[in-house]
Amino acid sequence: MSRERATNELWVPTGVGAVLDQYIGVLFTFVIGAVVVGVMVSASALLGGRRRTSVKDEVFECGNPSSGPARGRFSVQFYLVAILFIVFDVEVVFLYPWAIVFRELGVPGLVAMGMFLTILTIGLLYEWKRGTLVWE
Amino acid sequence: MIPTFPAIAWPALLPILMVSGLGLLLLGAGLYTDDEETLGWGALAGLIVAGIVTLVLVGGESVRTFNGTFALDGYALFFDWLFIAAGALIVLMSMGYLGETDIEVGEYYALLMFALVGMMVMAAATDLIVIFLGLEIMSISVYILVGSWRTQPRANEAALKYFLLGAFSTGFLLYGIALIWGATGSFRLDEIAARLPLADESTLLLAGIAMLIIAFGFKVAAVPFHMWTPDVYEGAPTTVTALMAVAVKSAAFAAFIRIFLWGLAPVHADWWVVLWVLAAATMTMGNLLALAQRSVKRMLAYSSVAHAGYVLVAVTSGSADGGAAALFYLLVYMFMTVGAFGVVAAIGRAGEPLENIEDYAGLATRSPLLGATMAIFMLSLMGMPPLAGFAGKFYVFSVAVQQDFIVLAVVGVLNSVVSAAYYIRLLVAMYMTPEPAEAPALGRRPYLIASIVIAAGFTVLIGVLPALGLQVARLSFLSMQ
Amino acid sequence: MVPISWYLTLSAVLFAIGAVGVVIRRNVIVILMAIEIMLNAVNLTFIALARQLGSVDGQVVVFFVMAVAAAEAAVGLAIIVAFFRNRESVNVDDLASLRW
Repeated sequence: MSRERATNELWVPTGVGAVLDQYIGVLFTFVIGAVVVGVMVSASALLGGRRRTSVKDEVFECGNPSSGPARGRFSVQFYLVAILFIVFDVEVVFLYPWAIVFRELGVPGLVAMGMFLTILTIGLLYEWKRGTLVWE
Repeated sequence: MIPTFPAIAWPALLPILMVSGLGLLLLGAGLYTDDEETLGWGALAGLIVAGIVTLVLVGGESVRTFNGTFALDGYALFFDWLFIAAGALIVLMSMGYLGETDIEVGEYYALLMFALVGMMVMAAATDLIVIFLGLEIMSISVYILVGSWRTQPRANEAALKYFLLGAFSTGFLLYGIALIWGATGSFRLDEIAARLPLADESTLLLAGIAMLIIAFGFKVAAVPFHMWTPDVYEGAPTTVTALMAVAVKSAAFAAFIRIFLWGLAPVHADWWVVLWVLAAATMTMGNLLALAQRSVKRMLAYSSVAHAGYVLVAVTSGSADGGAAALFYLLVYMFMTVGAFGVVAAIGRAGEPLENIEDYAGLATRSPLLGATMAIFMLSLMGMPPLAGFAGKFYVFSVAVQQDFIVLAVVGVLNSVVSAAYYIRLLVAMYMTPEPAEAPALGRRPYLIASIVIAAGFTVLIGVLPALGLQVARLSFLSMQ
Repeated sequence: MVPISWYLTLSAVLFAIGAVGVVIRRNVIVILMAIEIMLNAVNLTFIALARQLGSVDGQVVVFFVMAVAAAEAAVGLAIIVAFFRNRESVNVDDLASLRW
C-alpha cells in the first residue's frame, strides 16, 4: 500500500523527452562539479604566490620523500596473488542469487551450494598445500 | 513464480561424475607422488571403469535432466565413450613421455580428466549455455595443458597463442548464443527447433548463426580460422597435441552437430552454403599447406585441418545420414590420429623433438614396429582400403552425393588424392631412404608402444568391419531427438 | 524507454571495438582487455534481451559469463607470466619462434 502511494506521489515524466528528463539531475551534477573545480583551480592559480624549491619540484608522493622510479617492477608474487584472487573473488558471485532464494530452495539448494563451496575449498587447500600462499 | 529445485537424474551424470572425481583424486595424489607410472595407472584404471559404466548405460533409455538442458542419450554415450577411449590412449602415451619433460605429473593427469569432463558435458548438453560451460571447462584445462611444460619457450608460446585465439572465439560463441536467444527466446535446442519455423528469419538469427560458425570454426580448426593450429600443435607437448587433434576437435564437432543438425535443422537452407564453402576451403587449404611442411608434427597438424573439412562435408548435407557419417568419421579419425601422434612422441627425445621428415629416414629398419604402425596410420589417413580411413571417407562422400552435393564430394575426392602425396612422402622416407649413420637410438617405451599398437589395431578392425561401426554411429545419432 | 535496438547497437559496437582491438594491438595484456570488452559487450546484449523478452534467463547467463571470464583471465595471466619469465616480453610480435 505504502509502495503504491510513493509511486503516485513521485513526479513521473511522460512524453518524448521523458528519458532525458530523468537524467537532468545528472546533468546538473556535472555542471556544478565543473564550475566548483574550475573556480577553485583558477583562484589558486591567480591568487597564490609561487616559490620554487628543490623539495617542491620533486614528484608528489603523498607527502613522503619519493623513492625510486614510478615504473619499477612488481614482484611476480603480486601477480600470483592477484590471479588467485580473481578466481576466488568472482566465483563467490554465485552466492548472491542463491542467497536471494535461499528459503525457497531449501535443503537441496543448501546441499548444492555446499558442493560448490566444497570444490572451491579443495582448490584452496591444494593451493595451500602446494605452498602458493607462502610469501617469500 | 516460486523457484523450485529441479529434479536431477543422477544416473545420467554418472560418467561425468566419475571422471570428475578421478580428476580430483589425481590432483590430490599428485601432492604426494610425482611418479608418472603410479598416477598413470590410477588414471587408466579410473578411465577403464568409467568406460565400462558408459557401455553398461548404452542399453538404457534416453534421460533428460536439469530442466531438459542435459541429456544422456545414445549420442552423448557415443561421444563419452570416444573421449574416454582417447583419454585412456593418451594417458598410456603420457606414461612413457612425461618422464622426459618437467611437467607436474599430478596436475597434468588431473587437467586431462577435467578436459575430458568438459568434452563430455559438451556432448551431453542440449542447451546452448550448457554447451558453453562444457566448452570452457574443456578449453581452460587445455590452455594449461598446452603450457604445462613451463620451462620450454616453445610450449609457452603455443599456450599463449592458443589462449588468445581461444578466448577470442569464446566471445563469438557467446555473442552467437545471445543473438539466437534474442531471435527464438530459448537456449534449449529442442525449443529452438520448435520455434524456428515460426520465427521470422531475422537479422538477429542469421548473425547469431554466423557467430556460432565462426566460434566452432576456431575450435575445429576450419579454414580460415585455422591459423593457430600448426603453431599450437607443434609447440604443445606431443601427448597434448594428440588430445587437441582428436578429443577437442571431436568435442567441438559433437556440440556443432547437435546444434546444427538438431536445433538449427529447420533453417538448413540458411546455413548450408556457408558450411559448403568452409568445408571446401578447409579440405583444400589443409592439404595444400601440409604438402609444404618439413616437420612431421606440423604436417599432421595441417592434415588434421583437412580432416575437419571432411567431417564438415558430412555436416553440410544436413541429413541424418550425414550426421551418422560424421560420427563414424570422428571415431575412425580418433584412432588413426592418436596413433600417428604417438609415433611422433616415440621418435622424439627429451629436449630434442626430432620431428622433421629426415628424422624418419630408415625408420622401418630401425624399428620395424614403429615403421609398420606409422604406415598403417598414414595409409588410413590417406583413405586406403581396407583401413578405417577409407570407410570413413567413403561414407562421408557417398552421403554428400546422395544429398546432391556432388561438387563438394568431387572436391573431397580430389583432396584425398592430393593428400596422398605427403602421406606417401613420409612412407618413402621410412621405407626407402637409408638410415642416417648417426641416427639417435630409439628409447624403450613400452607404454607408448602399447598405445600405438592398440590404436593401430582399432584402425584395422574398424576398416574390416565398417558396417558395424556405421550402425553404431547411426543409432547414436538418431537417439539425439 | 530507450528502444532495445539502441542497446543492441551499442553492444555490437563494443563487440566490434573489442574484436578490432584483439587484431591490431600488440601488447598481450591489452589484447586480454580487448577480449574482456567483447565478453562484456555480450553481457550487455544478454541483459537488454532479458528485459525485452521478459525472461530472467539472460541475467543468470551473465553470472556464468562473468565467472567463466574470470577463470579464463586467471589462466591467461598465468600463461602470460610464464611466457614473460622465459622471454622478458609481453609483445605478440615476439611470438615468432613458431611460425605464426
